[in-house]
This record gives sequence, C-alpha cells and structure tokens, in this order.
Amino acid sequence: MNISASFQAGRLTVCLSGELDHHEARRALCELDELLDEYLPRDCALDLSGLSFMDSSGVALIVRLQRRMRELGGRVWVENPARQPRRVIDASGVDRLVPVAMTKL
Amino acid sequence: MKAENYIKLDFPSRSSNEAFARTAAAAFAAQLDPTLEELGDIKTAVSEAVTNCIVHAYPDAIGRVHMRLRILPGGMLEILVRDWGKGIEDVEKAMEPLYTTGGEERSGMGFTIMASFMDKLKVRSRPGRGTAVVLRRTIHPRPGRV
Repeated sequence: MNISASFQAGRLTVCLSGELDHHEARRALCELDELLDEYLPRDCALDLSGLSFMDSSGVALIVRLQRRMRELGGRVWVENPARQPRRVIDASGVDRLVPVAMTKL
Repeated sequence: MKAENYIKLDFPSRSSNEAFARTAAAAFAAQLDPTLEELGDIKTAVSEAVTNCIVHAYPDAIGRVHMRLRILPGGMLEILVRDWGKGIEDVEKAMEPLYTTGGEERSGMGFTIMASFMDKLKVRSRPGRGTAVVLRRTIHPRPGRV
C-alpha cells in the first residue's frame, strides 16, 4: 500500500493505493497522523480511487481520520472508492459517519 | 456433503500472510467462475477471518492458522479458518458490530463484514482451545458463459 498527499488552500488530499489490510494498517495510521500534524488541514479528502482492496482495517482508518478531523474542527470525506472498498464501506455503515463523494465519472 | 475439490493450507500467524491467504482463496475460487464482485467478497471475508486469528487468537505469539477451502455441490464455496489460540469467551458479543478488543487499528466490523459478504457464517470457539470460522457462499453460474 502507498500513501501520497497534496495540500492546497487548506485542503489535504490523501490518496491510498494498493491493498490496505491489517498488515499495512499500523503504518498507514502513523503516516496519516504525521500528515495531519504537519498540515493541520481545514478539510481532508481521502481519495480511494487507487485502492484495489481494503478490509475492516480501512474502516478503522476512516473512523480514525474522522476523529482527528473532528478534533481539528474540519470536514472529512471519502472520494471515489473503487468497487470492493465501496462494498466494505457500505457493509460497515461507516458512510453514516463520513460522506462518500463520487467526483470522477 | 461430498467435496468436489479442496485445498488445505497451514501457515504461521504472521500478518504478512494475510495477503497470501486471501489471494490463495481467490485463486482457488476462480474455478467457480465468480464475478469480480464475488471474488472481492471472498477475499474480504478471508482477510477478516485470518486477521482475527493473528490479532486475537495469538496476541503474544506466532501460532498455527489452518485454512481449508472446499467446493461443495451446487457451486458452493466453503471456507474454514481455524486456530488453536486463546479462543473467544463470548462469541455473541464478539460478533456485535463495533465490538473489539483490538485497539484503535481495529474497527470491530470483521464479523459484520464476513456475515454480510457470505451466505453463511458459523463460529465455534472454546476458551483456551481455539476458534473455527466456517463461511459459505454459493457462486451461481452466469448466463451466457460456456
């Protein structure tokens, strides 16, 4: 799994690619925390368009991101999850906590 | 029910084996001609079951994880994931959404996802003896395929 990020006008966009499972989860959470600490963003978009697989470890990451952004007083949403991650998001109900936006058609 | 085909795998409860286990399961399931979505569901359920062994069954040591996949009549895929770890005191509680003893990197949604992606989920556990999870999913033949 890879994490890349871009920051523009108060908005941090975090892109995950590859596969996110429990094996990758701790590193992903650490990197995410470092990004939030560095940029203190007003908004955060989690771009999952390049993530080919995630299990409930991805749900834990989304919940953690939501908690951190709530502490920062900012908004957070998930962008363009591919099909399999979308099914995990729907099954877990985490979309009731963090909105999912499909911006690419 | 007599199995038409099966594989058995044993591996240590190292997290680096999670990706191997779900990929092996998907490769075996491919003979049922599943859709990409069905393959994704199988991979996800296996990932959850194997992660449970690694995180909960053997929290302080490396132990043995056994995975058996069978193809049963009618295109039914059966996945057994078994460990000889510490077991679950209260299976019903463990299966509740959001319940976890695994800390912040766990969501407590593993069993919920297994149940929603599979047709059937059965969990047997004895404290101190281990846990067995059986998942079943029927892959229906697709029209228009030879």
